[in-house]
Amino acid sequence: MQLPAENAPAHHGIAPHRCGECCTTLRNLGVRFHGAAVLEEINLHLHCGELTAVIGENGAGKTTLVRCLLGEIPHSGEVQFLDAARRRADSPVIGYVPQHSSFDHDAPVSVLDLFAASLAVRPACLGVSRAVEAAAREGLVRTSAEHLLHRRLGTLSGGELQRVLLGLALTPVPNLLVLDEPVSGVDHSGREQFYELLSRLRREYDLAVLLVSHDLATLARFADRMVFLDRRIVCEGSPAEVLRDPRVREAFALDSLS
Amino acid sequence: MSSAWLEPWHHAVSLLPFEWARYEFMRLALLAVIFISPLMGALGTVVVANRLAFFSEAVGHAAFTGIALGVILGLANPLWSMVGFALLLTLAITWVRRRGGLSSDTAIGLVMAFTVSLGIVILSRGGDFARYTNFLIGDMLGVTPADVVGLAVLAFVVLGLFFVFFNRLLLASANPALARSRARHPAAAELFFAAMLAVVVTFSLPWIGILVINALLILPAAAARNLSGHVAGYFRWAVVVALVAGVAGLIVSFYASTATGATIVLVAMGIYLLTLLVRGWSARTSS
Repeated sequence: MQLPAENAPAHHGIAPHRCGECCTTLRNLGVRFHGAAVLEEINLHLHCGELTAVIGENGAGKTTLVRCLLGEIPHSGEVQFLDAARRRADSPVIGYVPQHSSFDHDAPVSVLDLFAASLAVRPACLGVSRAVEAAAREGLVRTSAEHLLHRRLGTLSGGELQRVLLGLALTPVPNLLVLDEPVSGVDHSGREQFYELLSRLRREYDLAVLLVSHDLATLARFADRMVFLDRRIVCEGSPAEVLRDPRVREAFALDSLS
Repeated sequence: MSSAWLEPWHHAVSLLPFEWARYEFMRLALLAVIFISPLMGALGTVVVANRLAFFSEAVGHAAFTGIALGVILGLANPLWSMVGFALLLTLAITWVRRRGGLSSDTAIGLVMAFTVSLGIVILSRGGDFARYTNFLIGDMLGVTPADVVGLAVLAFVVLGLFFVFFNRLLLASANPALARSRARHPAAAELFFAAMLAVVVTFSLPWIGILVINALLILPAAAARNLSGHVAGYFRWAVVVALVAGVAGLIVSFYASTATGATIVLVAMGIYLLTLLVRGWSARTSS
Protein backbone atom coordinates (compact mmCIF):
# COMPACT_ATOMS: atom_id res chain seq x y z
CA MET A 1 0.00 0.00 0.00
CA GLN A 2 1.22 3.43 -0.81
CA LEU A 3 0.38 6.44 1.28
CA PRO A 4 -0.08 9.73 -0.53
CA ALA A 5 2.50 12.19 0.69
CA GLU A 6 0.03 14.64 2.20
CA ASN A 7 -1.25 11.95 4.53
CA ALA A 8 2.19 11.30 5.88
CA PRO A 9 2.13 11.33 9.67
CA ALA A 10 4.15 14.13 11.17
CA HIS A 11 7.15 12.60 12.82
CA HIS A 12 8.36 15.85 14.31
CA GLY A 13 5.51 16.32 16.75
CA ILE A 14 5.69 15.45 20.41
CA ALA A 15 4.72 11.85 20.98
CA PRO A 16 3.58 10.89 24.45
CA HIS A 17 5.25 7.49 24.40
CA ARG A 18 7.48 5.36 22.26
CA CYS A 19 6.17 4.57 18.83
CA GLY A 20 8.80 1.90 18.27
CA GLU A 21 7.96 2.04 14.58
CA CYS A 22 10.48 4.36 13.03
CA CYS A 23 14.06 3.34 13.16
CA THR A 24 17.48 3.69 11.69
CA THR A 25 18.87 0.45 10.36
CA LEU A 26 22.53 -0.25 9.72
CA ARG A 27 23.01 -3.33 7.57
CA ASN A 28 26.38 -4.96 7.22
CA LEU A 29 28.13 -1.62 7.42
CA GLY A 30 31.88 -1.59 6.88
CA VAL A 31 34.64 1.01 6.51
CA ARG A 32 38.19 0.59 5.26
CA PHE A 33 41.05 3.07 5.51
CA HIS A 34 44.01 2.33 3.25
CA GLY A 35 42.85 -1.25 2.87
CA ALA A 36 42.56 -1.99 6.59
CA ALA A 37 39.11 -2.65 8.04
CA VAL A 38 38.17 -0.04 10.64
CA LEU A 39 34.59 -1.24 10.95
CA GLU A 40 33.01 -4.42 9.65
CA GLU A 41 29.73 -6.30 9.78
CA ILE A 42 27.94 -3.64 11.78
CA ASN A 43 24.24 -4.49 12.08
CA LEU A 44 22.23 -2.19 14.30
CA HIS A 45 18.66 -1.03 14.76
CA LEU A 46 18.21 2.32 16.43
CA HIS A 47 14.59 2.67 17.53
CA CYS A 48 12.93 5.90 18.40
CA GLY A 49 12.46 6.57 22.06
CA GLU A 50 15.54 4.48 22.74
CA LEU A 51 18.96 5.60 23.88
CA THR A 52 21.70 3.37 22.50
CA ALA A 53 25.14 3.81 24.00
CA VAL A 54 28.19 2.75 22.02
CA ILE A 55 31.21 1.95 24.15
CA GLY A 56 34.64 0.74 23.18
CA GLU A 57 38.32 1.43 23.58
CA ASN A 58 40.18 4.17 21.73
CA GLY A 59 40.51 3.22 18.09
CA ALA A 60 37.58 0.79 18.26
CA GLY A 61 35.81 2.71 15.48
CA LYS A 62 33.26 4.65 17.54
CA THR A 63 33.87 8.00 15.91
CA THR A 64 34.08 6.32 12.50
CA LEU A 65 30.61 4.89 13.11
CA VAL A 66 29.32 8.37 13.92
CA ARG A 67 30.88 9.79 10.78
CA CYS A 68 29.19 7.06 8.70
CA LEU A 69 25.81 8.00 10.11
CA LEU A 70 26.46 11.65 9.28
CA GLY A 71 27.28 10.61 5.72
CA GLU A 72 30.79 11.98 6.00
CA ILE A 73 32.82 8.98 4.93
CA PRO A 74 32.22 6.31 2.30
CA HIS A 75 31.22 2.91 3.62
CA SER A 76 29.99 -0.44 2.38
CA GLY A 77 26.65 -1.85 3.48
CA GLU A 78 23.57 0.21 4.06
CA VAL A 79 22.20 2.89 6.36
CA GLN A 80 18.44 3.19 6.10
CA PHE A 81 16.12 5.62 7.81
CA LEU A 82 12.49 4.61 8.18
CA ASP A 83 9.84 6.93 9.50
CA ALA A 84 6.82 5.97 11.55
CA ALA A 85 4.90 4.84 8.45
CA ARG A 86 7.80 2.52 7.62
CA ARG A 87 8.57 4.59 4.60
CA ARG A 88 12.10 5.27 3.68
CA ALA A 89 13.27 8.74 4.55
CA ASP A 90 15.97 9.56 2.04
CA SER A 91 17.10 12.82 3.54
CA PRO A 92 16.65 12.27 7.24
CA VAL A 93 17.32 15.08 9.69
CA ILE A 94 20.23 14.07 11.87
CA GLY A 95 20.95 16.08 14.97
CA TYR A 96 24.58 16.03 15.96
CA VAL A 97 26.28 17.06 19.17
CA PRO A 98 30.01 17.16 18.50
CA GLN A 99 32.86 16.00 20.68
CA HIS A 100 34.34 18.65 23.00
CA SER A 101 34.02 21.85 21.01
CA SER A 102 36.25 24.59 22.09
CA PHE A 103 35.66 28.16 21.09
CA ASP A 104 38.01 31.08 21.33
CA HIS A 105 37.22 33.13 24.38
CA ASP A 106 37.45 36.19 22.14
CA ALA A 107 35.54 34.91 19.13
CA PRO A 108 32.71 37.38 18.52
CA VAL A 109 30.11 34.65 18.00
CA SER A 110 27.01 34.49 20.17
CA VAL A 111 24.74 31.51 20.76
CA LEU A 112 22.16 33.18 18.53
CA ASP A 113 24.78 33.52 15.76
CA LEU A 114 25.47 29.80 15.96
CA PHE A 115 21.77 29.04 15.42
CA ALA A 116 21.57 31.58 12.59
CA ALA A 117 24.60 30.04 10.86
CA SER A 118 22.86 26.64 11.01
CA LEU A 119 19.28 27.65 10.20
CA ALA A 120 19.13 30.95 8.35
CA VAL A 121 19.53 31.95 4.73
CA ARG A 122 20.26 35.57 5.61
CA PRO A 123 23.96 35.90 6.45
CA ALA A 124 24.42 36.30 10.19
CA CYS A 125 26.71 39.29 9.59
CA LEU A 126 23.67 41.25 8.41
CA GLY A 127 21.69 40.47 11.55
CA VAL A 128 19.30 37.72 12.57
CA SER A 129 15.62 37.68 11.61
CA ARG A 130 12.88 37.46 14.23
CA ALA A 131 11.82 34.06 12.90
CA VAL A 132 15.29 32.60 13.35
CA GLU A 133 15.61 34.18 16.78
CA ALA A 134 12.27 32.60 17.78
CA ALA A 135 13.42 29.20 16.47
CA ALA A 136 16.67 29.55 18.40
CA ARG A 137 14.84 30.48 21.57
CA GLU A 138 12.50 27.50 21.13
CA GLY A 139 15.48 25.18 20.67
CA LEU A 140 17.16 26.53 23.79
CA VAL A 141 13.98 26.24 25.86
CA ARG A 142 14.09 22.48 25.23
CA THR A 143 17.42 22.28 27.04
CA SER A 144 16.66 25.03 29.60
CA ALA A 145 19.31 27.24 28.06
CA GLU A 146 17.23 30.14 26.75
CA HIS A 147 19.00 32.57 29.07
CA LEU A 148 22.21 31.90 27.11
CA LEU A 149 20.81 33.19 23.79
CA HIS A 150 22.94 36.33 23.62
CA ARG A 151 26.03 35.00 25.38
CA ARG A 152 29.31 34.68 23.54
CA LEU A 153 30.23 31.04 22.88
CA GLY A 154 33.68 31.50 24.38
CA THR A 155 32.27 32.55 27.74
CA LEU A 156 30.08 29.45 28.25
CA SER A 157 31.08 26.71 30.68
CA GLY A 158 31.46 23.18 29.33
CA GLY A 159 28.03 22.18 30.60
CA GLU A 160 26.32 25.30 29.24
CA LEU A 161 27.93 24.82 25.85
CA GLN A 162 26.73 21.22 25.64
CA ARG A 163 23.17 22.29 26.48
CA VAL A 164 23.36 24.89 23.71
CA LEU A 165 24.69 22.34 21.22
CA LEU A 166 22.00 19.85 22.23
CA GLY A 167 19.34 22.53 21.76
CA LEU A 168 20.78 23.24 18.32
CA ALA A 169 20.80 19.54 17.43
CA LEU A 170 17.07 19.42 18.30
CA THR A 171 16.25 22.32 15.94
CA PRO A 172 14.55 21.00 13.88
CA VAL A 173 13.63 17.84 15.81
CA PRO A 174 15.75 15.16 14.11
CA ASN A 175 15.01 11.60 12.97
CA LEU A 176 18.15 10.53 14.72
CA LEU A 177 20.19 12.26 17.41
CA VAL A 178 23.89 11.43 17.45
CA LEU A 179 26.20 12.47 20.28
CA ASP A 180 29.95 11.89 20.18
CA GLU A 181 31.51 12.06 23.66
CA PRO A 182 29.22 14.97 24.49
CA VAL A 183 30.32 15.43 28.08
CA SER A 184 34.07 14.98 27.99
CA GLY A 185 35.50 17.92 29.87
CA VAL A 186 32.30 18.52 31.85
CA ASP A 187 32.35 18.03 35.61
CA HIS A 188 30.50 15.21 37.36
CA SER A 189 27.30 17.03 38.32
CA GLY A 190 27.18 18.66 34.89
CA ARG A 191 27.38 15.21 33.31
CA GLU A 192 24.55 13.84 35.45
CA GLN A 193 22.39 16.82 34.54
CA PHE A 194 23.18 16.43 30.86
CA TYR A 195 22.23 12.75 30.81
CA GLU A 196 19.04 13.38 32.76
CA LEU A 197 18.10 16.08 30.28
CA LEU A 198 18.89 13.80 27.35
CA SER A 199 16.83 11.02 28.90
CA ARG A 200 13.84 13.29 29.38
CA LEU A 201 14.07 14.72 25.84
CA ARG A 202 14.32 11.25 24.35
CA ARG A 203 10.96 10.35 25.91
CA GLU A 204 9.35 13.71 25.24
CA TYR A 205 10.26 13.83 21.55
CA ASP A 206 10.39 10.09 20.98
CA LEU A 207 13.96 10.40 19.75
CA ALA A 208 16.25 7.70 18.49
CA VAL A 209 19.53 8.49 20.21
CA LEU A 210 23.00 7.12 19.55
CA LEU A 211 25.53 8.13 22.15
CA VAL A 212 29.25 7.44 22.11
CA SER A 213 30.90 7.70 25.49
CA HIS A 214 33.46 6.36 27.96
CA ASP A 215 31.31 7.13 30.92
CA LEU A 216 30.26 3.55 31.79
CA ALA A 217 28.86 4.08 35.27
CA THR A 218 26.53 6.90 34.25
CA LEU A 219 25.55 5.24 30.98
CA ALA A 220 24.52 2.12 32.86
CA ARG A 221 21.75 4.15 34.46
CA PHE A 222 20.56 6.14 31.46
CA ALA A 223 21.03 3.93 28.38
CA ASP A 224 18.33 1.52 27.18
CA ARG A 225 20.78 -0.46 25.18
CA MET A 226 24.51 -0.77 25.09
CA VAL A 227 26.77 -1.83 22.23
CA PHE A 228 30.39 -2.82 22.81
CA LEU A 229 32.35 -2.04 19.69
CA ASP A 230 35.76 -3.29 18.71
CA ARG A 231 35.95 -2.95 14.95
CA ARG A 232 32.81 -5.10 14.93
CA ILE A 233 30.00 -5.45 17.43
CA VAL A 234 31.40 -7.66 20.15
CA CYS A 235 28.26 -7.75 22.25
CA GLU A 236 25.06 -5.80 22.72
CA GLY A 237 22.08 -5.82 25.03
CA SER A 238 20.86 -4.08 28.15
CA PRO A 239 23.57 -2.15 30.02
CA ALA A 240 23.51 -4.78 32.79
CA GLU A 241 24.07 -7.59 30.31
CA VAL A 242 26.85 -5.84 28.45
CA LEU A 243 28.65 -4.75 31.60
CA ARG A 244 28.61 -8.37 32.82
CA ASP A 245 30.34 -9.59 29.67
CA PRO A 246 33.90 -10.71 30.45
CA ARG A 247 35.27 -9.06 27.29
CA VAL A 248 33.84 -5.71 28.37
CA ARG A 249 35.07 -6.16 31.94
CA GLU A 250 38.56 -6.87 30.66
CA ALA A 251 38.64 -3.99 28.15
CA PHE A 252 37.60 -1.44 30.77
CA ALA A 253 39.43 -3.13 33.68
CA LEU A 254 36.16 -3.24 35.64
CA ASP A 255 37.29 -6.07 37.92
CA SER A 256 40.47 -4.39 39.06
CA LEU A 257 38.54 -1.38 40.35
CA SER A 258 36.84 -2.96 43.34
CA MET B 1 37.15 54.69 -21.85
CA SER B 2 34.89 57.64 -21.34
CA SER B 3 34.56 58.70 -17.76
CA ALA B 4 31.74 61.23 -18.08
CA TRP B 5 29.75 59.30 -15.49
CA LEU B 6 32.45 60.21 -12.97
CA GLU B 7 31.81 63.94 -13.42
CA PRO B 8 29.27 64.23 -10.57
CA TRP B 9 31.73 62.54 -8.25
CA HIS B 10 34.59 64.83 -9.27
CA HIS B 11 32.37 67.84 -8.93
CA ALA B 12 31.07 66.87 -5.50
CA VAL B 13 34.48 66.06 -4.03
CA SER B 14 36.11 69.17 -5.47
CA LEU B 15 33.64 71.25 -3.48
CA LEU B 16 35.43 70.12 -0.32
CA PRO B 17 37.62 72.88 1.07
CA PHE B 18 40.79 70.75 1.13
CA GLU B 19 43.88 70.89 -1.00
CA TRP B 20 43.81 67.18 -1.86
CA ALA B 21 40.29 67.46 -3.24
CA ARG B 22 41.57 69.67 -6.05
CA TYR B 23 43.49 66.83 -7.69
CA GLU B 24 41.80 64.35 -10.04
CA PHE B 25 44.14 61.50 -9.05
CA MET B 26 43.17 61.95 -5.40
CA ARG B 27 39.45 61.90 -6.19
CA LEU B 28 39.90 58.69 -8.17
CA ALA B 29 42.04 57.19 -5.43
CA LEU B 30 39.38 58.08 -2.88
CA LEU B 31 36.74 56.27 -4.90
CA ALA B 32 39.00 53.22 -5.23
CA VAL B 33 39.63 53.23 -1.46
CA ILE B 34 35.89 53.44 -0.81
CA PHE B 35 35.43 50.24 -2.81
CA ILE B 36 38.54 48.32 -1.71
CA SER B 37 38.69 48.96 2.03
CA PRO B 38 35.21 47.83 3.08
CA LEU B 39 35.60 44.78 0.84
CA MET B 40 38.88 43.91 2.54
CA GLY B 41 37.34 44.58 5.95
CA ALA B 42 34.41 42.27 5.15
CA LEU B 43 36.55 39.41 3.83
CA GLY B 44 38.91 39.92 6.75
CA THR B 45 36.21 38.90 9.24
CA VAL B 46 36.30 35.39 7.78
CA VAL B 47 40.08 35.41 7.28
CA VAL B 48 40.53 36.02 11.01
CA ALA B 49 37.71 33.74 12.23
CA ASN B 50 38.67 30.80 10.00
CA ARG B 51 42.41 31.27 10.49
CA LEU B 52 43.30 31.98 6.89
CA ALA B 53 45.69 34.87 7.60
CA PHE B 54 48.81 32.96 6.61
CA PHE B 55 47.08 31.70 3.50
CA SER B 56 46.18 35.22 2.33
CA GLU B 57 49.76 36.33 3.02
CA ALA B 58 51.03 33.52 0.80
CA VAL B 59 48.60 34.41 -1.97
CA GLY B 60 49.81 38.02 -1.91
CA HIS B 61 53.46 37.02 -2.09
CA ALA B 62 52.79 34.56 -4.90
CA ALA B 63 52.14 37.60 -7.07
CA PHE B 64 55.91 37.67 -7.72
CA THR B 65 55.57 34.49 -9.71
CA GLY B 66 52.29 35.69 -11.25
CA ILE B 67 54.01 38.81 -12.58
CA ALA B 68 56.95 36.75 -13.80
CA LEU B 69 54.60 34.45 -15.70
CA GLY B 70 53.01 37.50 -17.31
CA VAL B 71 56.44 38.71 -18.40
CA ILE B 72 57.34 35.31 -19.85
CA LEU B 73 54.01 35.09 -21.65
CA GLY B 74 54.49 38.61 -22.95
CA LEU B 75 51.28 40.00 -21.44
CA ALA B 76 50.95 43.79 -21.47
CA ASN B 77 49.18 43.71 -18.09
CA PRO B 78 50.36 40.97 -15.74
CA LEU B 79 47.09 41.13 -13.77
CA TRP B 80 45.56 38.11 -15.48
CA SER B 81 48.60 35.90 -15.01
CA MET B 82 48.68 37.03 -11.36
CA VAL B 83 45.04 36.08 -10.83
CA GLY B 84 45.46 32.78 -12.66
CA PHE B 85 48.52 31.88 -10.65
CA ALA B 86 46.86 32.87 -7.36
CA LEU B 87 43.95 30.53 -8.12
CA LEU B 88 46.34 27.73 -9.03
CA LEU B 89 48.14 28.32 -5.74
CA THR B 90 44.85 28.17 -3.83
CA LEU B 91 44.16 24.74 -5.29
CA ALA B 92 47.72 23.59 -4.59
CA ILE B 93 47.62 24.65 -0.94
CA THR B 94 44.20 23.08 -0.44
CA TRP B 95 45.45 19.85 -2.01
CA VAL B 96 48.59 19.74 0.12
CA ARG B 97 46.56 20.38 3.28
CA ARG B 98 43.93 17.79 2.35
CA ARG B 99 46.55 15.13 1.69
CA GLY B 100 47.76 15.63 5.23
CA GLY B 101 51.22 14.75 6.41
CA LEU B 102 52.18 18.41 6.58
CA SER B 103 50.70 20.85 9.01
CA SER B 104 48.89 23.67 7.32
CA ASP B 105 51.40 26.39 8.23
CA THR B 106 54.36 24.27 7.10
CA ALA B 107 52.63 23.55 3.79
CA ILE B 108 51.82 27.20 3.19
CA GLY B 109 55.31 28.28 4.29
CA LEU B 110 56.94 25.94 1.78
CA VAL B 111 54.69 27.01 -1.08
CA MET B 112 55.23 30.69 -0.26
CA ALA B 113 59.02 30.39 -0.16
CA PHE B 114 58.94 28.59 -3.49
CA THR B 115 56.71 31.08 -5.31
CA VAL B 116 58.49 34.16 -3.95
CA SER B 117 61.92 32.80 -4.90
CA LEU B 118 60.81 31.64 -8.32
CA GLY B 119 59.24 35.02 -9.07
CA ILE B 120 62.27 36.99 -7.87
CA VAL B 121 64.68 34.78 -9.81
CA ILE B 122 62.76 35.23 -13.06
CA LEU B 123 62.14 38.96 -12.60
CA SER B 124 65.73 39.71 -11.55
CA ARG B 125 67.29 38.17 -14.64
CA GLY B 126 69.46 40.87 -16.18
CA GLY B 127 69.29 43.02 -13.04
CA ASP B 128 65.89 44.43 -13.92
CA PHE B 129 64.04 43.87 -10.65
CA ALA B 130 63.76 47.58 -9.82
CA ARG B 131 61.06 47.87 -12.51
CA TYR B 132 58.72 45.87 -10.30
CA THR B 133 59.17 47.61 -6.95
CA ASN B 134 55.84 49.37 -7.59
CA PHE B 135 54.14 46.11 -6.80
CA LEU B 136 55.96 45.91 -3.46
CA ILE B 137 54.61 49.14 -2.04
CA GLY B 138 51.67 49.81 -4.34
CA ASP B 139 50.61 52.96 -6.18
CA MET B 140 47.20 54.14 -5.12
CA LEU B 141 47.58 57.42 -6.96
CA GLY B 142 47.79 55.70 -10.34
CA VAL B 143 44.15 54.60 -10.33
CA THR B 144 42.36 55.15 -13.66
CA PRO B 145 38.60 55.47 -14.27
CA ALA B 146 38.66 51.98 -15.83
CA ASP B 147 40.25 50.63 -12.64
CA VAL B 148 37.43 52.15 -10.60
CA VAL B 149 34.83 50.39 -12.77
CA GLY B 150 36.71 47.10 -12.37
CA LEU B 151 36.90 47.54 -8.60
CA ALA B 152 33.22 48.40 -8.30
CA VAL B 153 32.17 45.30 -10.27
CA LEU B 154 34.57 43.15 -8.24
CA ALA B 155 33.27 44.55 -4.95
CA PHE B 156 29.62 43.90 -5.80
CA VAL B 157 30.15 40.39 -7.16
CA VAL B 158 32.44 39.32 -4.33
CA LEU B 159 30.26 40.79 -1.58
CA GLY B 160 27.19 39.05 -3.07
CA LEU B 161 28.94 35.67 -3.07
CA PHE B 162 30.41 36.39 0.35
CA PHE B 163 26.91 36.84 1.80
CA VAL B 164 25.73 33.60 0.18
CA PHE B 165 28.57 31.64 1.77
CA PHE B 166 28.86 33.53 5.04
CA ASN B 167 26.77 31.26 7.28
CA ARG B 168 28.53 28.14 6.05
CA LEU B 169 31.92 29.71 6.71
CA LEU B 170 30.80 30.83 10.15
CA LEU B 171 29.63 27.36 11.10
CA ALA B 172 32.84 25.87 9.70
CA SER B 173 34.87 28.21 11.89
CA ALA B 174 32.84 27.16 14.94
CA ASN B 175 32.97 23.40 14.36
CA PRO B 176 33.67 21.65 11.03
CA ALA B 177 31.97 18.40 12.10
CA LEU B 178 28.85 20.29 13.13
CA ALA B 179 28.92 22.16 9.81
CA ARG B 180 29.09 18.85 7.92
CA SER B 181 26.18 17.41 9.92
CA ARG B 182 24.14 20.42 8.81
CA ALA B 183 25.04 19.67 5.16
CA ARG B 184 26.86 22.98 5.04
CA HIS B 185 29.80 21.46 3.08
CA PRO B 186 32.45 23.39 4.99
CA ALA B 187 35.38 22.24 2.85
CA ALA B 188 33.74 23.38 -0.38
CA ALA B 189 32.70 26.71 1.17
CA GLU B 190 36.24 27.32 2.42
CA LEU B 191 37.79 26.47 -0.94
CA PHE B 192 35.38 28.83 -2.68
CA PHE B 193 36.13 31.58 -0.18
CA ALA B 194 39.88 31.05 -0.54
CA ALA B 195 39.57 31.40 -4.32
CA MET B 196 37.53 34.58 -3.93
CA LEU B 197 40.09 35.93 -1.48
CA ALA B 198 42.92 35.15 -3.90
CA VAL B 199 41.18 37.13 -6.65
CA VAL B 200 40.50 40.16 -4.43
CA VAL B 201 44.01 40.23 -2.96
CA THR B 202 45.58 39.96 -6.40
CA PHE B 203 43.38 42.66 -7.93
CA SER B 204 44.17 45.06 -5.10
CA LEU B 205 47.93 44.43 -5.03
CA PRO B 206 48.99 47.02 -7.63
CA TRP B 207 47.45 49.76 -5.48
CA ILE B 208 48.09 48.56 -1.95
CA GLY B 209 51.40 46.73 -2.35
CA ILE B 210 52.46 43.12 -1.79
CA LEU B 211 54.23 43.88 1.46
CA VAL B 212 51.31 45.34 3.37
CA ILE B 213 48.13 44.02 1.78
CA ASN B 214 47.56 41.27 4.33
CA ALA B 215 47.49 43.78 7.17
CA LEU B 216 44.57 45.49 5.49
CA LEU B 217 42.63 42.23 5.67
CA ILE B 218 43.52 41.34 9.23
CA LEU B 219 43.70 44.59 11.20
CA PRO B 220 40.07 45.77 10.77
CA ALA B 221 38.73 42.36 11.78
CA ALA B 222 41.17 42.12 14.70
CA ALA B 223 40.05 45.55 15.88
CA ALA B 224 36.38 44.60 15.45
CA ARG B 225 36.84 41.52 17.63
CA ASN B 226 37.70 43.85 20.49
CA LEU B 227 34.52 45.82 20.03
CA SER B 228 31.77 43.24 19.61
CA GLY B 229 30.44 40.02 21.11
CA HIS B 230 28.29 38.96 18.17
CA VAL B 231 28.74 38.43 14.46
CA ALA B 232 26.70 41.34 13.12
CA GLY B 233 28.61 43.84 15.28
CA TYR B 234 31.92 42.23 14.37
CA PHE B 235 31.13 42.61 10.68
CA ARG B 236 29.89 46.20 10.97
CA TRP B 237 32.92 47.34 12.97
CA ALA B 238 35.37 45.63 10.59
CA VAL B 239 33.83 47.42 7.60
CA VAL B 240 33.77 50.78 9.41
CA VAL B 241 37.35 50.48 10.67
CA ALA B 242 38.58 49.50 7.19
CA LEU B 243 36.77 52.42 5.57
CA VAL B 244 37.96 54.97 8.13
CA ALA B 245 41.55 53.70 7.96
CA GLY B 246 41.44 53.66 4.15
CA VAL B 247 40.15 57.22 3.73
CA ALA B 248 42.24 58.66 6.56
CA GLY B 249 45.36 56.82 5.35
CA LEU B 250 44.91 58.12 1.80
CA ILE B 251 44.59 61.72 2.95
CA VAL B 252 47.52 61.48 5.39
CA SER B 253 49.68 59.96 2.65
CA PHE B 254 48.86 62.94 0.41
CA TYR B 255 50.09 65.50 2.92
CA ALA B 256 53.02 63.41 4.17
CA SER B 257 54.07 62.30 0.65
CA THR B 258 54.21 58.66 1.70
CA ALA B 259 53.16 55.36 0.09
CA THR B 260 49.38 55.11 0.47
CA GLY B 261 49.06 51.36 1.22
CA ALA B 262 51.54 51.45 4.08
CA THR B 263 50.03 54.66 5.47
CA ILE B 264 46.56 53.10 5.51
CA VAL B 265 47.98 50.11 7.39
CA LEU B 266 49.59 52.36 10.00
CA VAL B 267 46.29 54.16 10.57
CA ALA B 268 44.52 50.79 10.88
CA MET B 269 47.18 49.70 13.37
CA GLY B 270 46.53 52.88 15.39
CA ILE B 271 42.80 52.08 15.45
CA TYR B 272 43.56 48.53 16.51
CA LEU B 273 45.64 49.77 19.46
CA LEU B 274 42.78 52.09 20.45
CA THR B 275 40.36 49.13 20.44
CA LEU B 276 42.71 47.28 22.79
CA LEU B 277 42.38 50.21 25.21
CA VAL B 278 38.60 50.24 24.79
CA ARG B 279 38.46 46.52 25.53
CA GLY B 280 40.68 46.81 28.58
CA TRP B 281 38.62 49.71 29.84
CA SER B 282 35.27 47.99 29.31
CA ALA B 283 36.57 44.79 30.94
CA ARG B 284 37.61 46.79 33.99
CA THR B 285 34.33 48.68 34.30
CA SER B 286 32.20 45.55 33.84
CA SER B 287 34.00 43.50 36.48
